[in-house]
Amino acid sequence: MTTATLTSRRIPDRLDRPLTSAIFSWEMLLVVVAIAIFVANSLASPYFLNAWSLSDLTFNFVEKGLIALAMALLIIAGEIDLSVAAIIALASTIMGLALQYGVGTPGLVLVGLSVGLACGAFNGLLVTRLALPSIVVTIGTMSLFRGIAYIVLGDQAYRGYPPSFAFFGQGYVWWVISFEIVLFCAMAVVFWFLLHRTSFGRTVFVIGNNPVAAAFSGVRVERVKFILFCLTGLMAGVASVLLTSRLGSTRPSIAQGYELEVITMVVLGGVSILGGSGSIIGVVLAAIIMGLVTFGLGLLNVPGIVMSIFIGLLLITVIALPILWRRLREGTPA
Amino acid sequence: MMHTTVNDHAKPPAGATVTPLLTLSGISKSFPGVRALKDVSLALYPGQVTALIGENGAGKSTLVKIMTGIYQPDAGQIAIDHHPVDLPSAHAAFKQGITAIHQETVLFDDLSVAENIFLGHAPRTRLGLIDWKTMRANAREVLETMGAGHIDPDNRLRDLGIASKHLVAVGRAMSIDARIVIMDEPTAALSAKEIEELFLLIEFLRNAGKAILFISHKFDEIYRIADRYTVFRDGEMVGEGLIAGTDQSEIVRMMVGRAVDHIFPDRTPQIGDTLLSVRGLSHPTEFDDISFDLRKGEILGFYGLVGAGRSEVMQAIAGMTRTSAGTMALDGRPIAPRTAADAIREGIVYVPEERGRQGVVIGLPIFQNVSLPSLGRTSSNGVLRLAEEFALARTYTERLDLRASSLSQDVGTLSGGNQQKVVIAKWLATQPQVIILDEPTKGVDIGSKAAVHGFMAELVAEGLSVIIVSSELPEILGMSDRVVVMREGRMVGVFDNSDLKAETLVRAAAGIAE
Amino acid sequence: MGSLFKHREIWLAAAIALMVALVAVRFPAFATPARLLSVFNDYSILIVLALGQMVVILTRSIDLSMASNLAFTGMAVAMTNAAFPEVPVAALIVMALAIGATLGAFNGILVWKLGIPPIVVTLGTLTVFRGATFVLSGGAWVNADRMSASFIALQRGTLLGLPVLSWFAIATIAIFYLLMTRTSLGRSVYAAGVNPTASVYAGIDVGRTKFVAFVISGTVAGLCGYLWVSRFVIASTEVANGYELSIIAACVIGGVSIAGGVGTVAGVVLGALFLGIIGSALPVINVSPFWQLAISGAAIILAVVLNARGEKRQGRIILRKAAA
Repeated sequence: MTTATLTSRRIPDRLDRPLTSAIFSWEMLLVVVAIAIFVANSLASPYFLNAWSLSDLTFNFVEKGLIALAMALLIIAGEIDLSVAAIIALASTIMGLALQYGVGTPGLVLVGLSVGLACGAFNGLLVTRLALPSIVVTIGTMSLFRGIAYIVLGDQAYRGYPPSFAFFGQGYVWWVISFEIVLFCAMAVVFWFLLHRTSFGRTVFVIGNNPVAAAFSGVRVERVKFILFCLTGLMAGVASVLLTSRLGSTRPSIAQGYELEVITMVVLGGVSILGGSGSIIGVVLAAIIMGLVTFGLGLLNVPGIVMSIFIGLLLITVIALPILWRRLREGTPA
Repeated sequence: MMHTTVNDHAKPPAGATVTPLLTLSGISKSFPGVRALKDVSLALYPGQVTALIGENGAGKSTLVKIMTGIYQPDAGQIAIDHHPVDLPSAHAAFKQGITAIHQETVLFDDLSVAENIFLGHAPRTRLGLIDWKTMRANAREVLETMGAGHIDPDNRLRDLGIASKHLVAVGRAMSIDARIVIMDEPTAALSAKEIEELFLLIEFLRNAGKAILFISHKFDEIYRIADRYTVFRDGEMVGEGLIAGTDQSEIVRMMVGRAVDHIFPDRTPQIGDTLLSVRGLSHPTEFDDISFDLRKGEILGFYGLVGAGRSEVMQAIAGMTRTSAGTMALDGRPIAPRTAADAIREGIVYVPEERGRQGVVIGLPIFQNVSLPSLGRTSSNGVLRLAEEFALARTYTERLDLRASSLSQDVGTLSGGNQQKVVIAKWLATQPQVIILDEPTKGVDIGSKAAVHGFMAELVAEGLSVIIVSSELPEILGMSDRVVVMREGRMVGVFDNSDLKAETLVRAAAGIAE
Repeated sequence: MGSLFKHREIWLAAAIALMVALVAVRFPAFATPARLLSVFNDYSILIVLALGQMVVILTRSIDLSMASNLAFTGMAVAMTNAAFPEVPVAALIVMALAIGATLGAFNGILVWKLGIPPIVVTLGTLTVFRGATFVLSGGAWVNADRMSASFIALQRGTLLGLPVLSWFAIATIAIFYLLMTRTSLGRSVYAAGVNPTASVYAGIDVGRTKFVAFVISGTVAGLCGYLWVSRFVIASTEVANGYELSIIAACVIGGVSIAGGVGTVAGVVLGALFLGIIGSALPVINVSPFWQLAISGAAIILAVVLNARGEKRQGRIILRKAAA
């Protein structure tokens, strides 16, 4: 090595230009897919391209999307929560119970959020204090939470929510802009900031990549994970308020299967299921894509269960394509 | 148990021609951006131990992976008994009778000892099903032949200590009558007694006509057990010969390429008042009644056998584990760090032993690794400030002369030595008063070792205090101002490092009376 | 093979015996052999499914699509029977095995050749298979009057006093026991789960082992497709909806570690029976069936805690208690 001066040995901050990496990113792929589906929807149905239609579209994904925002952080940190749909059911049931006792709208919202938070905290304690694997723990709490809802409500339903309560799930802030979509946009910004611009968010990435080194570096791994579980439970509580308000009633069977759609949203959004990487923008785009697909198919009168074929195939294809692409480029045999 | 001594073996007279069992010739291997091996040759002789010596990055582990079929060479030939062989997979190498034991066992913790020995070649009943009874009996036989009859074939491998795991690995080799046994740093986690037992095992293998490749950094072991040596440097074979008649410094010169006389920096210690004082620190199962003082500008060495509890004490001081009793004071002020973050705030930092697992966060860029414990300082109110992080990372990585293409590079793409620099940079950036180094030069080549030692000297000259935990006597004696010796969780002595003899330390650490 | 395994099964068997005893105090009829055998029969399908899932989980994977696979295969077989009642039931069973295996192979290929994490793959196929069931049937059901008598009768028939359905379960248990303990494939499954790297060095193709595991779980799901539709005389898109959780619950309660490499046939059978006893006991002791879900949830959590306890490594014990 030739003698180098001190200045020329300076290591640059970055090598690649941000623009180049942005173009070839997962988020860009999702943008392309979203535009493609938007166009396909417009071509397939004359009912699609109008303001009220597009507003209705948002109801398809906002509730799950809110949970996906929090779930993304949890999965990046290396954990998972399969009980979110059950939390929705339990929170809704307890809200309905409170309704029977004459609790007014503000109280109902508080109840819903508190139940969500409490369930999240319960999950968090089991995983962090008892060091249990989150996937099976939340399979257990999934049954437990929904089971409690069934014990309370059986096969009945609670109805009679006050009109003021209906605003959350059915109300509009201005013209076609629903309260739900406004809330979603606000929370998306909050979560984006939390994950990508705060030191808390940085620790989430660190924990997902190497929790041992994180602990040695002074990161309170268990505390961060506990907070993430609480956050996920809280967002499930929020979703429960919105959903109950939108449906106007409570049954223990609501939100069946939501957890899988939420996880699909997160993984489709580019978050690695193994933890350590992902972005909020990707998750938001994935939520929009799933909304576009289900709404578009709904306009064509495709039954829900067939829609899920599309979602399932979309998930597999979107994950598989970059892998196939890389294999073809490198020429490695499978 | 075997009763032969180490030197009691049939050695061919010097100069006599013995046919090599395994020969590698002209082996080359490259990876993207790195030429790991260049035209390398090696010969292993039956009934002889060949030591493979070289700095980290010299190509030793790549060669082992080629010999065990994990990698395929880009060029060159491998021959067994002069017949060229192809080793397209690890299993193929195993079938050819080439086996290896590594520092980390590559066996199955949750399976039984017998199954570990016979996995892939289990005895069968007439119906083709696995015959467990015969397997157990055969396993017992193999272990007894090796002098390891105390190991129960039905035990889960997980329940055994590392020395016994090595024995099981060798047992696996014996079960297929392996002819070539590679040992990669086998004594790394063994106690002195276990090392003796390992040497007896090597004797046994040597007498059985196996060709043994022994990879180690420890010259005393090499000179005890090896017949021949081969030296690698920068991916090339730079010397080979018989151990007998070759001077150690000669081998070191081949390794490093230059005469190495001063390995340890000259220092004039400027030691001040007591900075950290620890009294009666205890833990229910790991250590008891640890009391010592660390003075300003001092390097305090902690010596002991592996498993003596030194790392555990340090981790407790650094807030990582809870203690059951005892007090600590920094500059006279009582402190009780209950988390790593507490300790960091007090200015006590701990550089862990396992760089890859505990030190760096692979997957994250260099600058994020460096700023991690200092995020409180670089962010404002919890909001990240990248400019501050980059500035911090730049300062400390430049000070340590880090070699990288950019600070946004994934730390996982750096070499081991550079990763260690990132770890040290990370801790320096917290501006500590006390820096605890746990085996900082373990598995590190001589060049980087010298760099780390020189750096330690700089730090104390600037007024920091350093605790170094090490199992290498030359390092402890060369760097410390005082030495604390621990044995089985207790302190057995504090020695001033003037005229301190290695024997004194070893006796204290092993509990041998004067 | 390690006292740990025996421990877990003994505890589980004891817990089951205790539950039965407790119920029998009030309702002695519950503890009769006939009654207990009927519980076994009722939960035979779960036992078979859980054995298939066990193999997958052992390789550090998971199969969320088994219930949907079951539904699709069951529908396919029922529709064939309705359209061609002269086709012998044995052939239909073979067909069920084949379809199930193919669906399992689809999962397996994605995991093996593309390296997509199993949870993601089976999350996708879970909905794809069930949606395909709808497409296949056009949303219609197949019920008793469209099924041939032999189709329905087979698994109800008795052999040596036990229903044929129970024999299917017994045969499956025996096959899996031999497979897991006496064949290279079975041992490779364990090895791949305990230490994939070491498995590669030992010549085991970990990816292929995972593929085979998924084919096994798929085949098992296919078989249960036939068993389910003929037992409940209904084939619809709702069949076994949500059942994947019960399958995983049976495995977890049975001591199968989600981290792979740990789990036994006996444990899984006991885990399924544990859920079975709870399910059967509740109506007997007059607890509303609405309690069942919560109780299974609590059982799973408890099982996970116990699993973790068993796997916990002891902290370093360095201090020797001072020997004089």
